[in-house]
Amino acid sequence: MINKVVKTIDEALDGVISDMTFMVGGFGLSGIPENAIAALSKKDIFGLTCISNNAGVDDFGLGLLLQRKQIKKMISSYVGENAEFERQMLSGELEVDLIPQGSLAERCRAGGAGIPAFFTPAGYGTEVAEGKEVREYNGKPHILETALTADFAFVKAWKGDTAGNLIFKGTARNFNPLMAMAGKITVAEVEELVPAGELDPNQIHTPGIFVQRILQGEKYEKRIEQKTTRSRV
Amino acid sequence: MLNKNQIAQRIAQELEHNTYVNLGIGIPTLVANYIPQGIDIEFQSENGVLGMGPFPFEGEEDPDLINAGKQTITTLDGAVLFDSATSFAMIRGQHVQLTVLGAMEVSENGDIANWKIPGKMVKGMGGAMDLVASADNIIVAMMHTNRAGDSKILKQSTLPITGVNCVKKVVTNLAVLEVTNKGFKLLERAPGVSVEEIKNATAADLIIEGEIPEMQL
Repeated sequence: MINKVVKTIDEALDGVISDMTFMVGGFGLSGIPENAIAALSKKDIFGLTCISNNAGVDDFGLGLLLQRKQIKKMISSYVGENAEFERQMLSGELEVDLIPQGSLAERCRAGGAGIPAFFTPAGYGTEVAEGKEVREYNGKPHILETALTADFAFVKAWKGDTAGNLIFKGTARNFNPLMAMAGKITVAEVEELVPAGELDPNQIHTPGIFVQRILQGEKYEKRIEQKTTRSRV
Repeated sequence: MLNKNQIAQRIAQELEHNTYVNLGIGIPTLVANYIPQGIDIEFQSENGVLGMGPFPFEGEEDPDLINAGKQTITTLDGAVLFDSATSFAMIRGQHVQLTVLGAMEVSENGDIANWKIPGKMVKGMGGAMDLVASADNIIVAMMHTNRAGDSKILKQSTLPITGVNCVKKVVTNLAVLEVTNKGFKLLERAPGVSVEEIKNATAADLIIEGEIPEMQL
C-alpha cells in the first residue's frame, strides 16, 4: 500500500507557488475543500488560475482568494453568487473564462483520462463557440473542447483511507472526482480519514491512484447558501 | 394573467408519465409542486442527483444535499447521486427527456438567451448551454415582458444566446406559445387575457389560427 497521508495543511500545500493553475472541487459551497482554500488565502501567492465551477461567496470559499486578489483568471460555469467577483470581472481586473458546466466537467474528466479534446453540442452558435472548430456528427453541429489539467487539484471527500481512496457524500461529490483525476498533484481533504482496508473497495468513488496527498480536514463549516425548507403541515 | 405558480401549474400539464425531467432555477422549480395525479416523474438536478424530493423540514437541512439552485433538498426512494460528468452524460446523452428553464429572451426560431447581459450582468451559463443543446423537449417558463415592459418574445434575440433552435414551447403569464418552423404559434391565452392583449405585448409575429382557447388550470 502506498501511504498518501500528510499530517498538516502546510505539508499538503507544499510546492504551491504564484502563477500556478489550481482546480478546486465543489458546487456552490457544497463539497468545497474548505481547509485548503483557507490555507491558500493566507499564503502570499498571486497570479493564480482557478478552475472551479463557482467562485464561492464574498466571504467564504474562493471568495477569500478573490478578496486578496490572488486569482488572475477564473475558469467557471456560474459565478452569480459573488458580488466581488462580478465587480472584478466587469472592471477587467479579473480574467474570466465562462464555459458550460457539462463541458467543464467533461474537460476535467478528459484531462485526467488522457483524452486531449472532444466534440460537444453544448455552446454551438453561442459566444462559447467563437474560435472553436465545428464538426457535424449525426446531422448536428458540435464544437471542439480541449481537456483541462492543473498543477494542483484540491478536492474534498467525506471519507478517505491512507491509500488515498475516496468516498463522497450526497451532492458534495459534484466536480471532486473529475478534478482529482486531472490534477498533477491532487490534494484530498476528508472529514474522516481511516486506515487502508477499512473502506469497502466496492463502495469507493475515487481510486487512490488519482490522489497524491490525503489529509484529515481540521474542521468543516459547511455553510448552506440557500436554506430552503417546507413547513410541517 | 397568471402568477408564477400558475405558470408552473400550466407547465406541469406537459409532464409525461415515466420521464426524467430537469427543472431550472426560478419558476421551473415550482413545477414540481403540481405533478398531475398518475404521472410518475423523476427530477434530475445537474449538480448530481436523480430522484430529487421536496425541500427538507426545518432543522433537517443537509449541507451535502442541494439542488442546482444551491437550495437544500431531500431525496426520494430510488434516488441516486453521481458526479458532474455523469450528470451531464445523462443530459447530453438525451437520457433526460424534458428541460424546463427560465429565459430573458426567446426568438421565433427557438433561440434562447438567459445567461448574460453584456457589461451589466455576468453570472454565467451554468448547465443551461448543455441542457438546451441536447434535450428533446425544452419548455421555457417566464414572464411575457421584462421589468421595463418590453416583450421577451422576439423576432431575433438582442442578448448573447444560450442555444440555437432549441425551445419547443413557451409558457408565460399571458400565453402558451409553440415554436414552429414558421415562428411562434399562439396555442392558449391566460384566463381573462385577450388575443389582442397578447399581440400587443409580443414583439414577434404570432400565428393565430381560429379561436384561441383559455388555459385550463
